Amino acid sequence: MKKISGAEAVIRCLIEEKVDILFGYPGGAIMPVYDELYKFQDKVHHILTRHEQGATHAAQGYARSSGKVGVAIATSGPGATNLVTGIADAQIDSTPMVCITGQVASNLLGSDAFQETDIIGISTPVTKWNYQITKASEISEIFAKAFYIAKSGRPGPVLIDITKDAQFEQLENFEYKKCKNIRSYFSVPDTNPESLKKASELINNAKKPLIVWGQGVILGNAENEFLNFIEKTGIPAAWTILGLSAVPTDHPLNVGMVGMHGNYGPNVLTNECDVLLAIGMRFDDRVTGNLESYAKQAKIIHFEIDPAEVNKNVIADVAILGNVKETLKDLLTLVEENKHEKWVNKFTEFYNIEFKKVIDKEYNKKVGGLSMAEVIKSVNDNTNGESILVTDVGQHQMVACRYTKFNSSKSNITSGGLGTMGFALPAAFGAKIGDPKREVIAVIGDGGFQMTIQELGTIYQTNAAVKIIILNNNFLGMVRQWQQLFFDRRYASTEMINPDFVAIAKGYFIESKKVEKREELDKEIKKMIEFNGPYLLEVIIEKEDNVFPMIPSGSSVSDVRLE
Amino acid sequence: MKKIKYTISIYTENNVGLLNRISAIFLKRHINIRSITSSESEIPNIYRFIIVVNVDKEQIIKLVKQIEKQIEVIAAYFHTDEETIFLETALYKVKSKSLFNERQIQNIIKESRANIVTVKPDYFVIEKTGWREETEDLYLKLKKYGLLQFVRSGRISVSKKSMEITKFLKSNKNE
Repeated sequence: MKKISGAEAVIRCLIEEKVDILFGYPGGAIMPVYDELYKFQDKVHHILTRHEQGATHAAQGYARSSGKVGVAIATSGPGATNLVTGIADAQIDSTPMVCITGQVASNLLGSDAFQETDIIGISTPVTKWNYQITKASEISEIFAKAFYIAKSGRPGPVLIDITKDAQFEQLENFEYKKCKNIRSYFSVPDTNPESLKKASELINNAKKPLIVWGQGVILGNAENEFLNFIEKTGIPAAWTILGLSAVPTDHPLNVGMVGMHGNYGPNVLTNECDVLLAIGMRFDDRVTGNLESYAKQAKIIHFEIDPAEVNKNVIADVAILGNVKETLKDLLTLVEENKHEKWVNKFTEFYNIEFKKVIDKEYNKKVGGLSMAEVIKSVNDNTNGESILVTDVGQHQMVACRYTKFNSSKSNITSGGLGTMGFALPAAFGAKIGDPKREVIAVIGDGGFQMTIQELGTIYQTNAAVKIIILNNNFLGMVRQWQQLFFDRRYASTEMINPDFVAIAKGYFIESKKVEKREELDKEIKKMIEFNGPYLLEVIIEKEDNVFPMIPSGSSVSDVRLE
Repeated sequence: MKKIKYTISIYTENNVGLLNRISAIFLKRHINIRSITSSESEIPNIYRFIIVVNVDKEQIIKLVKQIEKQIEVIAAYFHTDEETIFLETALYKVKSKSLFNERQIQNIIKESRANIVTVKPDYFVIEKTGWREETEDLYLKLKKYGLLQFVRSGRISVSKKSMEITKFLKSNKNE
């Protein structure tokens, strides 16, 4: 066999892992790999983002819509540090991602060479694993490990840093063996059969059981097992923001969102249920509110793939370790068929109160400035729950997640744990590339949009047909809401004087339109959906709307406010 | 919950950066490491960290789970002082003049069962291995006569019960 360079070995590893899309940005220390990308462009397609942060979020969007590992690539120094936000986001939201960074030549390590930065040190706390390659002979083993680690067990981001000399180094032999096992890494913990038995007893005797499911159901590809489970047991099920779309919105047992801006019923009834089944979720503080008064009356059954999450925030009476795809299937045979009609009706009663006090006023608003919910309503009417929703962070995110209708899983892509403004625009074209047949709708606030606005360039260059809705209230709305409610309306640095977004989109040759009037909204949304190609729709919305329901931070879930 | 001294034992692969990854877990939680040592364990090429921290029971359980979660950590355990046999070593560098001028020093060395490691014309070095109280006691006694240098190692410890680390290495057949 003829010798190949380390850089070529990198590409061959990617091909072995069936990676056909990379998101990245070239630079000095990664140039040998880019040179090989040029030669292999028929096999591995590289998408040039306009900033490395965009590459990570695009890789995340890609991973979340396709279920595959997203790959981002950048040079050393600033290229590498610009990846950090996306890596931290992927870590806290368990997104499988492999990041590749160039590094200065190994003889220069530690010399403060041009564009040298200790990206291993910097990325350590926010990666599932990272490794610095200094010899070409390490490449195939490390890449195999990286992909295995990123996607197995609880997924997460992995960073591989490759010195420039290792990219140039000639390899005698290239062999690729997929990694299936690492002796120090237990990707999926064993399930104790006793825990399943105990859980089934609690479930079979429960009078008012409640399920809160999270992204574990989606990451475990366990949507069918989950549906079978709730339908057999008749248990009402509520979702965390990352669990959204795993069960169709219209399913009678889908009782809405829990948490800070979740629905009234599931929040209040969390403190009335007798058994709480937490399935693939991690009791984030935005879900639980004050832990001292969170579901104290209930027996807790926690389904978890990551043992470190068990008893971290909420003590479990029964912990069921393992992949929910397996554990739910096993548990299904032990639970009795049931219907909790009276209990499920209680959620409807609460929904009706919420509908009257909040939903109807927002979703069916008829006078005054446009509400965010009306825009989502129009999207629902025009897409019938078939599109992928990508949201940024803030008020629009809460409203979009609360009101968007979903028929199928892997359709909600948002920055949950980290709350990264600027996530949506790059994540949206990543999602579109990950699942090109589906309509991808990005709903973004005017603040977050301007954090990664340069990715319009990537959208133009790739012609990724994403539909972008800017909900523009000329405010950093969520912060403004907190200022109004908790800081006596002192609007410190939250008002934004914005540019002409339509003109900016046009500058990037992206079709664009601005809507200010209610009577034009539906028509313009329809036009946007029907347009063949990327499209930006700016919607001017009511300046000072608040998102309700709301659990003020530090309060109990049952103290959820409707106004 | 009461904070007490826990000894954490961590068995790991031998990789660059792992110390950083482990210490970051303490940093993120604003927990001060009281002592840390690392060396090759009874199994070739598997390293063992011994970390001493002062935390409560809930914290130690969560810490050890986070440590164990790291890819290159094979297993991590925590023990109270009662569950381990542990020692530290201290070195004391004293002016040779004091050894000859201050009779008392010779008695102190004898009584504390410390060893003289080396004697040079202008200084000598004493070594004492034992519990913290013992090395501390000797430190306080010698301090009066002027210590040129003093250094104490991190704790080393072995658990009374077996940690069955080889079992872990064999049992992992996850795919």
